[in-house]
Amino acid sequence: MDFSFTEEQTLLRNMVQSFVQDNYDFDSRMKIVHSDEGMSHEIWGQFAELGLLAAPFSEEMGGLDGGPIETMVIMEELGRGLVVEPYLPTVVLCGGILNRHGSDAQKEAHLAGIIGGEDIWALAYSEPQSRFNPADVLTSAKADGDGYVLNGTKAVVAAAPWANKLIVSARISGDQRDSDGLGLFIVEKSADGVSTQDYPTVDGNRASEVTLENVAVGADALVGAAGNGLALLEEALDHGIGAVCAEAIGHMKCLNDATVEYCKTRKQFGVPIGSFQVLQHRMVDMFMEYEQSVSMTYMVNMKLSEGEAERKKAAAGAKVQIGKSGRFVGQEAVQLHGGMGMTEELNVGHYFKRLTVIDTQFGNVDHHLKRFAAA
Amino acid sequence: MDIEFAPQDEDFRAEVRSFIEENYPKHLVGADRGDLSKEDFLAWHKILAKKGWVAPSWPEEFGGTGWTVTQKYIWNEESASFGTIPPLPFGIGMLGPVIYTFGNQEQKDWVLPGILSGETWWCQGYSEPGAGSDLAGLKTKAELDGDEYVVNGHKIWTTLAQHADWMFCLVRTSSEGKPQEGISFLLIDMNTPGIEVKPIITIDGGHEVNEVFLTDVRVPAKNLVGEQDKGWTIAKFLLGNERSGIAGVARSKKAIDRLRDIARAELEDGKPLLDCGAFSRKIAELEIDLTALEYTELRTLASESKGQGPGPESSILKIKGTEIQQRITELTMEAVGNYASPWVPQLDRGDNYLAIGPEHAEGVSQTYFNNRKTSIYGGSNEIQRNIIAKMVLGL
Ligand SMILES: Cc1cc2nc3c(=O)[nH]c(=O)nc-3n(C[C@H](O)[C@H](O)[C@H](O)COP(=O)(O)OP(=O)(O)OC[C@H]3O[C@@H](n4cnc5c(N)ncnc54)[C@H](O)[C@@H]3O)c2cc1C
Ligand SMILES: Cc1cc2nc3c(=O)[nH]c(=O)nc-3n(C[C@H](O)[C@H](O)[C@H](O)COP(=O)(O)OP(=O)(O)OC[C@H]3O[C@@H](n4cnc5c(N)ncnc54)[C@H](O)[C@@H]3O)c2cc1C
Repeated sequence: MDFSFTEEQTLLRNMVQSFVQDNYDFDSRMKIVHSDEGMSHEIWGQFAELGLLAAPFSEEMGGLDGGPIETMVIMEELGRGLVVEPYLPTVVLCGGILNRHGSDAQKEAHLAGIIGGEDIWALAYSEPQSRFNPADVLTSAKADGDGYVLNGTKAVVAAAPWANKLIVSARISGDQRDSDGLGLFIVEKSADGVSTQDYPTVDGNRASEVTLENVAVGADALVGAAGNGLALLEEALDHGIGAVCAEAIGHMKCLNDATVEYCKTRKQFGVPIGSFQVLQHRMVDMFMEYEQSVSMTYMVNMKLSEGEAERKKAAAGAKVQIGKSGRFVGQEAVQLHGGMGMTEELNVGHYFKRLTVIDTQFGNVDHHLKRFAAA
Repeated sequence: MDIEFAPQDEDFRAEVRSFIEENYPKHLVGADRGDLSKEDFLAWHKILAKKGWVAPSWPEEFGGTGWTVTQKYIWNEESASFGTIPPLPFGIGMLGPVIYTFGNQEQKDWVLPGILSGETWWCQGYSEPGAGSDLAGLKTKAELDGDEYVVNGHKIWTTLAQHADWMFCLVRTSSEGKPQEGISFLLIDMNTPGIEVKPIITIDGGHEVNEVFLTDVRVPAKNLVGEQDKGWTIAKFLLGNERSGIAGVARSKKAIDRLRDIARAELEDGKPLLDCGAFSRKIAELEIDLTALEYTELRTLASESKGQGPGPESSILKIKGTEIQQRITELTMEAVGNYASPWVPQLDRGDNYLAIGPEHAEGVSQTYFNNRKTSIYGGSNEIQRNIIAKMVLGL
């Protein structure tokens, strides 16, 4: 048994950490969030230069051959900086799908663009009616000659305003919630028939409603086998969970540190408020939630490459932990900061809001409790 | 023990219900508090003022309605179930009772009518950067110079001060003795030179609170309420009233109804979320907690109607009431699933704005974020627990 990081992993962490510290302080972050674009292409280019966008890909593709642990290390550090640039959808979700299941030709065609920072990807899988069930898909993919024609609407697609490429889940056969019959399709956002309604989200990110109207794609757009899309998608979402868990422990760590620091310095009744035992215990609880979350984050990221049953259970369990702990830590950090915690000016509220969105992303606590119980 | 309504109470309910239905401004039905203009805030207030129903909690001689405890309860229920924008608390709920209890005749004559009519918008200048929970630590100084006080200091978290005509303000008039002993209660015209109001934007993106800077602000000495250096008693009297109004039972009932409607419309695997056992049990749990709070509040009201003022027990109402409100907003956000995250600020919407997701999802996250304030303001929930520990349990 060994929970220590390799030297390379530690170097990776140090590199991302110092990059974020030097280039992504809270003020810079808020400037980016409030800009028209909502992300910084300059930062994205620097991610490419640092090799972050190459982390999970094989060396022959120009990557670093990293696994979930490397992704975890990166995401945790990005979490500390509340980074909005779309690492998760581009590299972890879509990059992961292409890397694991893309044909040689698809990898050839697409991975270089991710690694080089030219392309941004979004995973369009949820629909207005689907809530958290990725099998609930009304978007249709009708075979047409060699290719397919896609029709449907995708909901709250994270990073889609920035993306030039999408992976879209669509139903090739079967009924609305059948687990068989889905396909994952690579779609250029500029293709005829793709339109988006773009908007900001509460956590400072951007998302879109994506409408597909008779969008024609070739046979080479399909990733993996026809009808097998759900398995690929679920696996990708579990990898997404491993990544947001790591992001969330980055947030929680910052919130806990900020809260302890604040309670040591903020004085009321002539003493630091940290001297009140109720607040001490609250901070101890926050600390314990954080530690439990770290444990579950390590656990899930070590199990992502195991068999499907084990992976699913691990992901569901971790997501429940993160959902509950994130909520507790976020709410208490605001509470212990008093009025200051309510202000847009302080970073505390922004960590809290991102943690709130993470609780919903890829399915909330109730959803994953059910999934865990069924696993 | 008896909680049945008498026939005349049911008549009263019918009367107030039809008054609300017929007179409530149409454009404010279902309006979101975050988006209201000053006129919107006051529209219903002014209609109630004309009817004589704007201050049911006041004694009749000062403009109250003379309703029984039961009638007031019915009024609150009907107002909440219709979803009216309640009159602002600063005048009716806070300052009014201070003035008719501690003010002199002249003050009663000029302050109370403005509160009732909605003519004068009041804000509450209590908190300071260094004096939040420890309110008695306030430093804003008022020095007597002839027949004027000269006020210097810095107030913060002043709700809706951007609209306010006047502020009731706690100031330090002496630094002798215990901190509580040198505080005075002063009425300040917000148009006086030397006052600057700066907005604070909260995590829900709203502009609800402000900083108020006071530099050599000259205030007529006759604006002092009660005796100089004896303002602490008044300050605490006001806080006691603030606390008891804060339970919000009727409005929470309404919010649970709305939550249930949303959960009926939201689907999980094609079935209403409301039919999903786990979710409906969470709503049930909330409703049970709210029922307990309702009966606790009724017990408090019943003892108040026998002449006992709101005691430290009212801290229970504040703690439980706000915890329930927060849980409702949390569960409402949970109900709408993925559509909790879109957020298009009002200002950025433009003419061609299309709502994103179902209409009922609009603003639920902002409401959740905004409601985190309720366990902080009005005396934080930690402070309320301290009060119960000390005053009720004798610890
Ligand atoms: C089943 C059982 C087995 C035990 N076995 C052993 C044993 O093998 N060896 C042994 O030496 N002892 C043992 N103990 C004794 C145990 O260590 C004491 O009960 C414990 O230290 C609490 O002391 P107390 O009972 O005097 O309670 P008190 O110290 O009087 O505490 C009463 C309550 O006040 C709280 N409290 C006290 N001080 C503080 C503080 N500063 N801040 C916040 N809260 C506080 C406590 O948490 C508790 O809830 C055992 C006790 C139990 C119940
Ligand atoms: C949205 C909003 C609107 C407001 N409107 C107004 C207004 O109109 N007018 C006005 O005057 N004020 C207003 N306030 C201010 C409000 O009353 C204060 O925020 C509140 O009193 C807490 O003070 P603080 O923010 O300085 O926090 P602090 O007092 O610094 O408290 C920080 C944390 O420490 C805890 N704490 C402090 N002391 C103790 C203790 N002894 N034991 C245990 N825990 C403790 C608190 O509970 C809190 O969790 C408003 C606040 C908000 C957020």
